[in-house]
Amino acid sequence: MIVEIGHFALILALVVSLVQGTVPLVGAHRNDAAWMALGRPAAIVQFLLIALSFAALTHAYVTSDFSVLNVARNSHSAKPLIYKISGVWANHEGSMMLWVLILAAFGSAVAIFGQNLPPSLRARTLAIQAFITLAFLLFILFTSNPFERILPAPVDGRGLNPLLQDPGLALHPPFLYLGYVGLSIVFSFAIAALIEGRVDAAWARWVRPWTLAAWIFLTAGIGLGSWWAYYELGWGGWWYWDPVENASFMPWLAATALLHSSIVVEKRDTLKGWTVFLAIVAFSLSLLGTFLVRSGVLTSVHAFATDPARGVFILVLLLVAIGGSFALFAWRGPSLSATGLFVPVSREGALLLNNLLLTTASAVVLLGTLYPLFLDAMDGGKVSVGPPFFNAVFIPIMTPLFAALAVGPFLAWKRGDLPGALARLRLAFGLSVAAALATWYVAADGPVMAVLGMGLAAWLVIGAIVETASRINLFKATIGESLRRLRRIPRATWGMTIAHFGLGILIAGVTGSSAWKVESIQTMMPGQTIDVSGYEFRFEGASRAQGPNYTATRGRFVVSQGGERVAVLKPEKRVYPVEGQPTTEAAIKTTFMGDIYAVIGDAEGNQGGYVTRLYFNPLVPWIWAGILIMVVGGLFSLSDRRLRVGAPSRREAPAQKVRAQKVRT
Amino acid sequence: MKPKRKRLTFVIIGLGLLAAAAALVLTAFEENIVFFHSPTDVKEKDIGADRRIRLGGLVEEGSVKKTAGGKTVEFVITDLNETIPVVYAGLLPDLFREGQGVVAEGLVKNGVFQADEVLAKHDENYMPPEVADALKESGQWQHVEEKLKASGQTAEGYTKKDPGK
Repeated sequence: MIVEIGHFALILALVVSLVQGTVPLVGAHRNDAAWMALGRPAAIVQFLLIALSFAALTHAYVTSDFSVLNVARNSHSAKPLIYKISGVWANHEGSMMLWVLILAAFGSAVAIFGQNLPPSLRARTLAIQAFITLAFLLFILFTSNPFERILPAPVDGRGLNPLLQDPGLALHPPFLYLGYVGLSIVFSFAIAALIEGRVDAAWARWVRPWTLAAWIFLTAGIGLGSWWAYYELGWGGWWYWDPVENASFMPWLAATALLHSSIVVEKRDTLKGWTVFLAIVAFSLSLLGTFLVRSGVLTSVHAFATDPARGVFILVLLLVAIGGSFALFAWRGPSLSATGLFVPVSREGALLLNNLLLTTASAVVLLGTLYPLFLDAMDGGKVSVGPPFFNAVFIPIMTPLFAALAVGPFLAWKRGDLPGALARLRLAFGLSVAAALATWYVAADGPVMAVLGMGLAAWLVIGAIVETASRINLFKATIGESLRRLRRIPRATWGMTIAHFGLGILIAGVTGSSAWKVESIQTMMPGQTIDVSGYEFRFEGASRAQGPNYTATRGRFVVSQGGERVAVLKPEKRVYPVEGQPTTEAAIKTTFMGDIYAVIGDAEGNQGGYVTRLYFNPLVPWIWAGILIMVVGGLFSLSDRRLRVGAPSRREAPAQKVRAQKVRT
Repeated sequence: MKPKRKRLTFVIIGLGLLAAAAALVLTAFEENIVFFHSPTDVKEKDIGADRRIRLGGLVEEGSVKKTAGGKTVEFVITDLNETIPVVYAGLLPDLFREGQGVVAEGLVKNGVFQADEVLAKHDENYMPPEVADALKESGQWQHVEEKLKASGQTAEGYTKKDPGK
């Protein structure tokens, strides 16, 4: 019964989204306040209906109702509760439910928090959002219905892929989707602005918190996915340039560019068309990612099932959304004229450079990701484009970006003083060169790129510190004056500095882990000791262990350094009898300088020997720390007073407000 | 500078960046693209020993041997027409099985495939699409499909049989 209610609620939501998509749009066109106002309650009702539907599906999972095909295929009664819940979105149908739930949540958030938006802009934004929801609801109801019944109901379910039974993976999809789908609202704002024909500083401010929120979630989501791959797949790596990883990384690059270009719109009233273009591109890349992942054209853990009908549906959706929005952009974009002047050496010039490099990076990742599909479609043979390609193109594009990144915040708006900015960064430059030289000295046998990487990392970290120091006139003014200035730094500025600092830490982690990873694969007998990067791993044998829904072979390693015990590692190889599938659980001891990482494989011979894989992964914890710091930076920026209080009025641009009203009446 | 000339400067800088990126991409493509081949392809074509390829097919039943104290694994990849012996130093992915689909990456040296990577499948029931296509090409697909069906699997990655069995 509850399942049918869920199904029915979803159909009702479809109807509501149709109303929400059309009435406010027509209302905005005719300047009818009542029709426009309908968008808000509709958005909220639509969210409640989808939430009800999602809750019904979750209920079916929690109570293990195997008469529902989706539950029977993806769940099992012996699964721990948390994985029954996360199992809802660990399959195709359920993940699409999560997608529309978040889509509707963002719509209703605009309806609730967007009190001060001009009615026409809000009406149009909600209408566009409703059309996106409509498309995805149609997709779910016609090709991926999670409420389908199976009769007679099986005694038990088929279980969930054990790789996905993991706390990291329980959280990864919701975060990633909040990011992916969060870009939808920015897209809706952009399309609404194109229809209105107006993009100004106030628009940029309204859009900023949504862009920021999406960026924060996307950053956290990608980070969680990468972390999961690192500890769960047991190969000691954390990023593979896998097409599905790229599918989430491309929107991230575009969103990061958007985040920076919208500042230029806000402060200088220029780059407007470009910013709207980026908003469209960012969401288009999210849709493309969904297509790549969901259509099953890629071999991946994310390709739950391949069904041509689904692929075709999403492809059509993709063409309509991207084609339509770009056509609209081509038609209305040229009317978004800039008022601000533009000088290359200035803050806006630096932000433009950032944008050019980030979009170029995004484009090459897109090219590398789609090329194999393209070649296959042209019958040009089957190829794979792997990490060597992406490293070869991505690093040269990112290097100038990172080099310029520390300088940008020192340039003033309108007309920057480059020599002055560089002079203030003299100390940071000296220290970065010292860091690079130190790297070279310590690890002379490592790759040359590592020296550059560590130098750039130091450049960003020290640059961020120097920037704050110069903001508060440290050592130039009195301590009291500096403290007073420190308190007066806006949160948004803190956000930028913290995020840039975090990026520096991340680069250090990426460099360290790819340059100096030490790996050792061998068969070990109990009592045997292997030295990996100065750590002695003593294998003490393996024993059987029993989990809630799996059995495991659990190895025991005592790791010591210079005779002193550092850690006891207990990696597992698990077998999940329901799914009949083994998984590898790496054991990791995190230290400041890196991870000590052990994996146990199959038994070898009959004297207790096992194949083992031991790693020292230098600076990997810095990657997670860097991502976390970037997220914190984003949160700081999001909490800026300006975005909550001053933002939602067009007070900033009084002249335009008058013009706007004229247009509307 | 006049605004028009300024805009031109930006356009030129943008195009310059684009050209640099294109050059970068093309050289990287040249050097780093890895082609997929079936065992039949490898036997028929002469693939240079310095060209990295991906080899895909089924792991021949009973062919997996561990040597050098478990450090090295030898097995045979087949498309049911031709077979290629593979040598791999490293730990096999969890879902590596005899009789199932596999993709390995490495170099062909004197008829032996030196793999430095064996790709993990993420799902028990999944057949890598490249492998499925290679088998279709070798005309052996029906046999595999029948076998898969018998064990409750399909190439599309999820079974249609009743859950719970």
